[in-house]
Amino acid sequence: MSEKNSTQKIHILSLMVVNRPGVLARVAGLFSSRGYNIDSLAVGETESPEMSRMTIAVHGDESILEQIRKQLAKLIDVVKIQDFSGRDYLQRDLMLIKVSATPAKRGEILQLTRVFEARIVDISVKHVTVEIAGPETKIDSFVELLRPYGIRELVRTGRIAMLRGMKEHTRQITRRV
Amino acid sequence: MKKRGAEILIEELKHLGVEVMFGIPGGQVIPLFDALYDSGMRFILTRHEQGAAHMADGYARATGKVGVCIATSGPGATNLVTGIATANFDSVPMVAITGQVKTGLIGNDAFQEADTTGITRSISKHNYLVRDVRDLARTVMEAFHIASTGRPGPVVVDLPVDVTTTECEYEGPGKAEMQLPGYRPSVTGNVRQIRLAADAINAAEKPVIYAGGGVIISGASELIGRLAHTAEIPVTTTLLGLGCFPETDPLSLKMLGMHGTPYANHAIQNADLIIAVGARFDDRVTGRLDSFAPHAKIIHIDVDPASISKSIQVDIPVVGDARHILDELLKSVKPAKHAAWLGQIDEWKGKYPLAYNRACTDGVMPQFVVEQIDAATDGKAIITTEVGQNQMWAAQWFRHSHPRHFISSGGLGTMGYGFPAAIGAQVGCPDAVVFDIAGDGSIQMNIQELATASYNKIPVKVAILNNGYLGMVRQWQELFYKKRYSATQLNGNPDFVKVAEAYGVLGIRVDKAEEVRPAIDRAIEHAGPVVLDFVVCPEENVFPMVPVGEAIDRMIGGLA
Repeated sequence: MSEKNSTQKIHILSLMVVNRPGVLARVAGLFSSRGYNIDSLAVGETESPEMSRMTIAVHGDESILEQIRKQLAKLIDVVKIQDFSGRDYLQRDLMLIKVSATPAKRGEILQLTRVFEARIVDISVKHVTVEIAGPETKIDSFVELLRPYGIRELVRTGRIAMLRGMKEHTRQITRRV
Repeated sequence: MKKRGAEILIEELKHLGVEVMFGIPGGQVIPLFDALYDSGMRFILTRHEQGAAHMADGYARATGKVGVCIATSGPGATNLVTGIATANFDSVPMVAITGQVKTGLIGNDAFQEADTTGITRSISKHNYLVRDVRDLARTVMEAFHIASTGRPGPVVVDLPVDVTTTECEYEGPGKAEMQLPGYRPSVTGNVRQIRLAADAINAAEKPVIYAGGGVIISGASELIGRLAHTAEIPVTTTLLGLGCFPETDPLSLKMLGMHGTPYANHAIQNADLIIAVGARFDDRVTGRLDSFAPHAKIIHIDVDPASISKSIQVDIPVVGDARHILDELLKSVKPAKHAAWLGQIDEWKGKYPLAYNRACTDGVMPQFVVEQIDAATDGKAIITTEVGQNQMWAAQWFRHSHPRHFISSGGLGTMGYGFPAAIGAQVGCPDAVVFDIAGDGSIQMNIQELATASYNKIPVKVAILNNGYLGMVRQWQELFYKKRYSATQLNGNPDFVKVAEAYGVLGIRVDKAEEVRPAIDRAIEHAGPVVLDFVVCPEENVFPMVPVGEAIDRMIGGLA
């Protein structure tokens, strides 16, 4: 991610697109041909087999974002666009991270893993691999805490996001993260 | 009933009202051309695919119908690219049908394979690669629908050869169901915004209408006239808007912008209200953005939401079709008089008219040639242009008074556009007099289409303003690069009269002012195509001119 000044907010755009060949290239091509930067992009199936959901994280000032939204809306294969910024939404990245871990250090790593509600998914003589899901900031902090042990390999998905449901209900069943 | 893909395509095209197509066959479209052979559809064989694309484009601009061109895979498709991009920039409804290698070979670097949908993605309104013959009928319908509605534009339909040869069950043309859940162009404008616009117009003391190509596309030219006359509002047009409001009308300010009239630019800079209709505040219109129309409130009527507040922040945006919105708007606009404002404009018109040195004897004056074409055709000719000085002189010195009569590559600025576009326009309007106002540089970019015009007896008149230079670049070099004429002298130009004759076309050379009008008259009377080679003053410039990065009232040059 590049530097962001105060007017350059991160926006999460959630796109419903027709599930046709070339649609990812159309969306990605629009960003590159008009010089907009994508911070992350995730594509996946939805509840309907004809549609896919794209979650795009971008940054820019309001006028650039307005152009991005309008240009995306012009794409024939884009059915719906939502900009989640300023709204109450859930966001998740998924990360797999492999760190050096001698048997002596495993305990510390295990503890961090518990605190972050992450999961150890693989252990070998010299390494531990952890899976963690959560908002970007949580994952960033986890990476920083593991850095001193020696990160061997790290893979992250793009962000996915969803608006919360009605507030009354969500308070009871979800914790703010 | 079972039909082959190629037959389905032809049936759908006929059903959609396609009368004529332009193009060139090749290996992967032989089955398609075989179906075309006895279909009864008119097909015009061009000499280069770029010519075919511009002909389809010129046909579409002159008639308002969807233009259709066909090319084979690989080089055929890539040769269409400039034509597709040209149509896209100027919102021209066009469908380009391209051949493709058979589905099993796609991605295999097969002979004459190109990733046509990949290449045309950013220069078309939409594109399709048809992988299954059962999708073909629906795709053709969708392509025409997308091309011709909303903000129109080109749609590419890439057809692998096996899709055209495979049979499938077919119910007949027009029966397929379009699946376009993401395509809903706005037509009617927001009622509240329209009311705000009417209030602003009723309150304005120094209003100006700034009309663009969208007015012509939506068929709103007459409504612009009604708005102008109801509320006494002067009208300036963009290059693509020329013809939407008669320049013979006292309220006309002619074209604005870099090579516009000084009075149009002064009017914009002093206006208290700008009513932009179907125009997109292009950089050639606005000049320096932060000093554009500093005193004006801006109403922007446009069918494309992405054009609103893209470069200039507008006060009252109205998204929708210009004709619908103007119709609605006119219900609330009160009759008004703006005597003081029109008086001020008349003063500018008197002080800064368009002018050129009529006494110059160094060759024929190019502006004079355009004036004489105007006079000889009573301003009724369809004018196409190439790009550069010829284009600006054609814009300035013809009294544009009819919509769909000025056809020029505005956005992309494609040299080589005007001649094939003239052929397309003439095919669409067989009774019109069609002139391509050309330069000696531009005409050579598609001069091979003389064969197409000659063989098909398409009687277009090509007026070459021959100055021996890539004139507009030379002009910039003269004004801003100390006359260092780097690569702008066209050494090795052919004898255009002989070239014309070699193609069986009448060629006439004119190097004296008094021969200009008789030559034009003779060209109009001649039943076939004509090439007029006007030897013009070689270093004549297009004035006035706003240097890049200046405010539009900081014009240089001209005799004013």
